[in-house]
Amino acid sequence: MRIIADTGRCVGAGQCVLTEPALFDQSEDEGTIIVLNEAPEGELVEKAREAARVCPGQVLSLEA
Amino acid sequence: MTTAEKHEFPMSRTCPFAPPPAYEAIREEEPVSRVRLPDGWAWVISRHEDVRTVLNDRRFSADRQHPDFPQLVKGEAASRRPDEERMLIAMDAPEHGPARKAVLGEFTVRRLEALRPRIQEIVDGQIDVLLAGPKPGDLVDALSLPVPSLVICEMLGVPYADHEFFQEHTVKVIKQSTPPEERWAAMGAIQGYMADLIAAKEDNPPDDLLGRQIVKLRAAGTYRRTALVNMGLLLLVAGHETTANMISLSTVAFLRNPEQLALIKADPGRTLNAVEEMLRYFTIIDVATARLCVEDIEVGGQLIRAGEGVLALGYSANRDPRAFENPDELDIERGARHHVAFGFGPHQCLGQNLARMELQIVFDTLFRRVPTLELAVDVDELPFKDDANIYGLYELPVTW
Ligand code: HEM
Ligand code: SF4
Repeated sequence: MRIIADTGRCVGAGQCVLTEPALFDQSEDEGTIIVLNEAPEGELVEKAREAARVCPGQVLSLEA
Repeated sequence: MTTAEKHEFPMSRTCPFAPPPAYEAIREEEPVSRVRLPDGWAWVISRHEDVRTVLNDRRFSADRQHPDFPQLVKGEAASRRPDEERMLIAMDAPEHGPARKAVLGEFTVRRLEALRPRIQEIVDGQIDVLLAGPKPGDLVDALSLPVPSLVICEMLGVPYADHEFFQEHTVKVIKQSTPPEERWAAMGAIQGYMADLIAAKEDNPPDDLLGRQIVKLRAAGTYRRTALVNMGLLLLVAGHETTANMISLSTVAFLRNPEQLALIKADPGRTLNAVEEMLRYFTIIDVATARLCVEDIEVGGQLIRAGEGVLALGYSANRDPRAFENPDELDIERGARHHVAFGFGPHQCLGQNLARMELQIVFDTLFRRVPTLELAVDVDELPFKDDANIYGLYELPVTW
């Protein structure tokens, strides 16, 4: 699975980082998303789905 | 199309643990419908999916100074100042994004984690105050109001000596019962103080939130004192009563549900999920996520036209069975984070991770340090804020 982030829509709420800090971080300056691992596997796949579901900017989409 | 306005908003909660009873009928029968407001009408949006749509679509404006923005208080339009500089919460794109990003770096998950030890100290200090005071004591006074206020004052770099001044005036600003003239006076006093505080930091900007903003905005060539005063005021006010009410209401909910309280006492690893569930369960900001439609759009099968107001009902969305199983049940292990208690879309609460951390620390510390905590009066005697736009408690008498 691949994580696609439309970073222009990010509102910097950090819900993705709260969901899984192994996959996501926020830029220090603007608080916007940094995808640390674009190709999650195993348990992280479910975490990526959860992050996509809670993200208030609907920034994240997942490709099989 | 529904044109008759069956219901009147804002509606009071009749039970502190449930939305106004009419919400369910609206959500199930007429999920997008016209309702009467004190001086007009608006659409209410009641389903989870539709609320998210409204709050994340640019065709809805957050411009609270606009004369057509839906008003929840009679005669409120008269106090609107369309020419005045807007606070972040009332800005739209393209102005909103850069203004929000300028300060977001102060509220990242990682940045806030560094504040944890200091927040813990503040919480411990206020629990000391509670324990040293009379029995029964008021939890609102000793803990709920001071914690968020002390934390944000410290982040902004407000000298400790001035905390009392701030407490006194912000309480006046946020209390519904304050007469309008007194509220304006209190707001004016805080505004004046904030302007002086920022001016004093300009010469040699200190390493606090306001000081760092001065440095950063100057480097970008966009520093204006009035804008930073507005941001400082918003940060001061937005997180104060909200977090305080969540502390008080959740404490009541924990004490009424000892089996759920036992879960977090046994394993503090569960507290963050409990916080999330409390936010959903109470949704203290409900009708405040109002918007003004600026371009025709269909929501939930209903055409909404430019110029019409909408109320995105967060509390209804958070009790929508389409989004949450057994939505009326308090279940701290639910782990459902897709609620809209912090809003949704570009304006979703900027301070949410600070609020989460404060609530988490308060609950872990309060129930550990005061294991015999109990309500000093019956739940139905508690003064709930039935009349306020932000739900909560005026007082919470507790004993131990
Ligand atoms: C449990 C406590 C809190 C709740 C329930 C809450 C709720 C909300 C909601 C629902 C909104 C969105 C309003 C809208 O879309 O019209 C919002 C926005 C905001 N909140 Fe909070 N809030 C809380 C705590 C805080 C704290 C602690 C701070 C800061 C220290 C804060 C600062 C803000 C700011 C600055 C905005 C405006 C963001 C923007 O317009 O981009 N809030 N809050
Ligand atoms: S949850 Fe969404 S909006 Fe928030 S920081 Fe992550 S990507 Fe950005």
